[in-house]
This record gives sequence, C-alpha cells and structure tokens, in this order.
Amino acid sequence: MKFLSSDRCALAVAALTLLLPLCSWATLGDNASSVLNDQARMKGTLRSVDNRTYVLHEITMPSGAKVREYVSPGGAVFGVAWEGQFPPDFKQLLGPYYEQVQQAMAQQENAQQSGDQPTRRRRGPVVIETKGIVFLQSGHMRSFHGQAYIPQLLPQGIQASDIR
Amino acid sequence: MIIRRLGLLLVVGSVIVMAACGGSGGGGSSVTSVSVSCSPSTVSSGGTSQCTAIVNGTGNFNTAVNWSASAGSISSTGLLTAPQVTTSLLDTITATSVQNQNISGTATVTVNPTSAGNNVAPLVVDQGPEPQNFISTNVAFTTVTVCVPGSSTCQTIDHVMVDTGSTGLRLISGVLQISLPGENGSSGNPLDECLAFLDGYVWGPVVTADITMGGESASAVPMQVMIPSTSSPPVPSSCSSNMGMNEGGDVKTFGANGLIGVGLFQQDCGPACTSQNSSPPNVYYDCPSSGCTETFVDLSQQVTNPVFLFPTDNNGVLIQLPSVPNGGSPTVQGSLIFGIGTESNNGLGSAQVYAVPDSGNNAGNFTTFYNNNTYLGFVDSGSNGFFFQDSSIQICGGMNTSWYCPTTSPDNLSASNQGTNMNSPVTANFSIENADNLFATNNTAFSTLGGPFLPGCGTGNNPACAFDWGLPFLYGRNVFTAIENANVPGTNVPGPFVAF
Repeated sequence: MKFLSSDRCALAVAALTLLLPLCSWATLGDNASSVLNDQARMKGTLRSVDNRTYVLHEITMPSGAKVREYVSPGGAVFGVAWEGQFPPDFKQLLGPYYEQVQQAMAQQENAQQSGDQPTRRRRGPVVIETKGIVFLQSGHMRSFHGQAYIPQLLPQGIQASDIR
Repeated sequence: MIIRRLGLLLVVGSVIVMAACGGSGGGGSSVTSVSVSCSPSTVSSGGTSQCTAIVNGTGNFNTAVNWSASAGSISSTGLLTAPQVTTSLLDTITATSVQNQNISGTATVTVNPTSAGNNVAPLVVDQGPEPQNFISTNVAFTTVTVCVPGSSTCQTIDHVMVDTGSTGLRLISGVLQISLPGENGSSGNPLDECLAFLDGYVWGPVVTADITMGGESASAVPMQVMIPSTSSPPVPSSCSSNMGMNEGGDVKTFGANGLIGVGLFQQDCGPACTSQNSSPPNVYYDCPSSGCTETFVDLSQQVTNPVFLFPTDNNGVLIQLPSVPNGGSPTVQGSLIFGIGTESNNGLGSAQVYAVPDSGNNAGNFTTFYNNNTYLGFVDSGSNGFFFQDSSIQICGGMNTSWYCPTTSPDNLSASNQGTNMNSPVTANFSIENADNLFATNNTAFSTLGGPFLPGCGTGNNPACAFDWGLPFLYGRNVFTAIENANVPGTNVPGPFVAF
C-alpha cells in the first residue's frame, strides 16, 4: 500500500476526483479524448486526477487490478502502468506500440542467438528500451507490475518513475 | 533429559530386584556375560528395532536384564524407538544384568534420517535437456513421475524446472509419451489454459495425473500440457495478446521438459478464475470444436501445486542448494524437500519468516529496501539472476546488455527485507560479478549473476521496479516457501510466507 499513495498523489486526488462507473480504455499514444470516448470493455471504475503536469486516469477492475493512463497537457497518452494478478491485454493497452515491443523482444532474442556461440537467456523482468518505446514488466504468478511510456511524449518535468 | 531420568529409574528398579533375587537365588549362582543383538540393525528416524539379550551364567542365575539406549527410548522388553535425527547416528543399546550390574552387553543400531528418499526429490543445476536455444543458466531441475490416474501407466520426466514463482506442473507435449486424461469444464467441453509469464505465455489442455516426486505422491492432480501454436486447439487471440511468444511449444524454446511450480499458492489462478469473479479472465478456456472462450473453473479443477495435495508434508517446500563459489560451478546438486517442520529434515530452524499478502496486487511480495529506495521483493527460483536496479553498477556490452558487469568484481552488496509479520527489516548480503567473465566459462550455476531494471527504477518506489531474488540467492541457503493457509510447525505465522 505504501507504493500506491504518495503524498503528492493524495493531494491531487483531493483536488479533482471523478468517480465514474465507466468502462473506458485508451491506448498508448492515443488522444486523451479516447479515454472518455472508448466504449466499455472492462467493468471497471475510472478515477481521473489532474495534477497540472498531466492527467492520470486510473481504471480499477472488479478483481482489484489497475491500469493507469497518463495524459499530457497536449492531450496524448504518453504512459501507462499496470498491476494485478494477470498482465493486462497488451494489444489493447499499447495499441500500435504492442508490435513495437514484440519486435524489440524478438530482436533481443535473435541478437542473443546470432553470435558465434549460443548465449545465456535472461529469465527475469522484461526490459525493453528503444527510442520509440520503453516497456518494463516484473513480478510473478499472481502479481504482475509494469509500465510503458513513449520517451518523446514525456511532458517536461515528468520522470519515468512517475509512471507507476 | 527424559532418557537420563528413565535410566535412573531403571537403576533404582534394578537394585530392588537384585535384593529380591539375592534372597531367593541361594548361593553359587553367577552371571558371566550378556550379549545383545537388535533387529533390524539399521532403522529410520523414529523407527523401531527389537533387541534381545542372551545372559550366560552358572548355577540358578537370573536371566533378567535392564535396557538402556544412548539415544531414543527402549522399553523393558528391549523394543527400541529410535530418535529423530537429521544425520545418521549410531545408537548404543545396553543390556545390564539384573543380578550383577557390573556385567552388561551392547549392540549398535544405525539410525538414518527418515525422510531422505521419502520427502526429498533431487535438484540439479546443469546444462538441461538438449537441444536448447540457449546455454542453460541458473535453472534448477528436478524429476517428476506422472501416471494416468489410478493406473501403472507412468512416465518419469527429468529436467523439470523448479519454480517458486508459479504454481502447478506443466509439461511440454512433445516430451509426454503417455496419454493423460483431459479435464472437461462445467459445460462438458475440454478445458484449456493460457498462462502468462513475464516474457511470454504457455497454452494447452488441462489434464489430470498422479504425480510423484521423491517418495511423495498426489492423486489426480490437475496439471497442464503445453502445446505448440501449430497444435489444436489454436491459441485464442485473448491469449496471444499477452506479451512475448508461446514459450511452451518445445523443449528447445522452453529450456526444460516442463515446469513445476512450488510457490506460495494452492492453485495457479485461485478465486479470480471462479464464478466469484464477475467475468472469467483470459486464463481458463472452454474449448468446444467451434473454438475456445474464457470460462470459470472451480478451485478443485485448476492446475494445483502437487505438494498441496500430498497426504503429508503438504504445507510447503524447502529448497536446499549448496554454496556456489565466485566464478560459478559447472553443475550443482541439491534437494527439493517437501513439508516444512513436518520431518526431521525440513525444520525452519533459525530461518527468518517473511509473511506476504495472500491476495491483492502485491500477493506474494515482501518489501525490499536497497539504496534508500523501496521495492516489492520476491524470491523466485525461476528467475536466473538477482534482478534489481543500481545505476552505479556497470552494465555489460555486446550480447550481454541485460546483465551487470561491475568494474570491481565481485561487487559486495546488501539489501534488507521485511515481511508483513516483522517490525524491522533483516539484512541480506549478496555479490555481483562481471557477467562477461562468468559467461566465458562453461559453468551453468552462478551465485553472483545479476541484471538491471531501468535507470528510472533507482528512485521513486515504483512498484514496476521490483527486487527479484532469483536462483543465485538460493545457493548456500535454506529457502522455504509455505503455501497459503498452511500451518507450519515452528512458527505461528500461517502461509503464505517465505523463510530463509
């Protein structure tokens, strides 16, 4: 629980909290309006927080799993974070970036296999860091956590660790 | 203490008996020798052996003896109950003549730890099954026997990866030579499962098998057969939308003949896949010939930790792997021991218990503190390194950019861990060595292998940035994983917890 409520976040929640019985889903890189316009796919509740540098939309599913979408002042979804018993539907959450991450993972694996000798596979958290997309997923069965963001779209003053 | 007190009683008793016999035996009788034999001469911890004494003497001598044992207890009729031992012990059995206490005979009984062979399955870290896409690195394998339930149609499968980060048995379909009966879902159609891991997923039917590991067996355990994407039924799109590829298609991709999850939970999915949830997640699928759709599955039909279904020693496991020196080892052997505090070989001893949440988004995690930042911490034998973020440690180049290559190698580090049952954290020391150097060897076991998260993970307490205590952490430690709701002798903390 310590992880989920920084003081800054709590203040922001106090400033503006919308509790909507709304199922919405935007994808990474989309326009912010998609958050509200998307048709219900998940029976989740949406909480939106405007903390001036970005707007955070947090969708909580009945299972308790959460997806958070970070929207820049310019209106773009620049980052997403997730936590829950299972990974989220990445095709939906990452949109066009899903394929980018898949390709980066495949390239990583191919690069490791293309040397003169077979190499060592990393069995652990997945880290993809390209110019276009940063993707991180960690955890184990029953507890997955991750974040993805588009470096070029990060608003000024936002750190990667803010996407959580 | 009990034994000594018993001995004192026997001495007091024998003095009284001697006085009585002295009166009735008349003159001229004497005891010359006592010889002792025990059968069997080798017993298991807590086992019994019947000892007999032959008393030789002259005249109308008294053949009575008093029994004593250097360990365990022995009855007035010579029945030895061996002590509980963790290493083999020679138990000296003494029969002392009642008539003449100066004359006695002895025999020895070897007492072996009970459970070795009983609740112990072998562990090995080695190159794994051939062929493989990669050089096997820090993967602990065990051997599992699966049988068609209730039959003697069985197959023993080696090189099954041991994973404290997951639950249940999953075998590669190409390895299985026997046909295990498939489970049907509530609608009567075959039940299949999609299971997401961090970097990929596995797909295939849920079947049942009698599962034996070491000397322990469980009947009709739900498990999974992992099939390639080219097999039937095809992978549903809601399964392939997981990140990564189908990893369970063959041994060369998977790096093992199967996976045995001996983690903290009874089932792989648990309540989230039952009708308690509002809609079924993309885990279990009802698969009529027309195609697969997500379905609810009762707990009893979900892929289950076989240890939880053992008749005894079913509250968790102890993983024992020897220390591995800096630089690594070509291979190491250890033990996967079933039960915690249930036998002489699986006691918690001085291990610290780290209680973890049994539900919620942080299920299974304790808290790790490292470099003034706070992380979700977990012990995962299925991870092959220490994975954590420390931007001051150099990352390797070339093909090894997902590993640490500290300039000062070994780099001796420490973090601290705290469970929900603890008031303050406890320090854990570890070392990281240059992975380029480690990988230049043919070794498969490394106690000093580590890799990074992302630079942004060093601050901000981001829960996506965990501290993953992988297999290297288990070398040279006793690491216990207690299953949810389990009672564990030696602690009042119920499962789930880890202890080390």
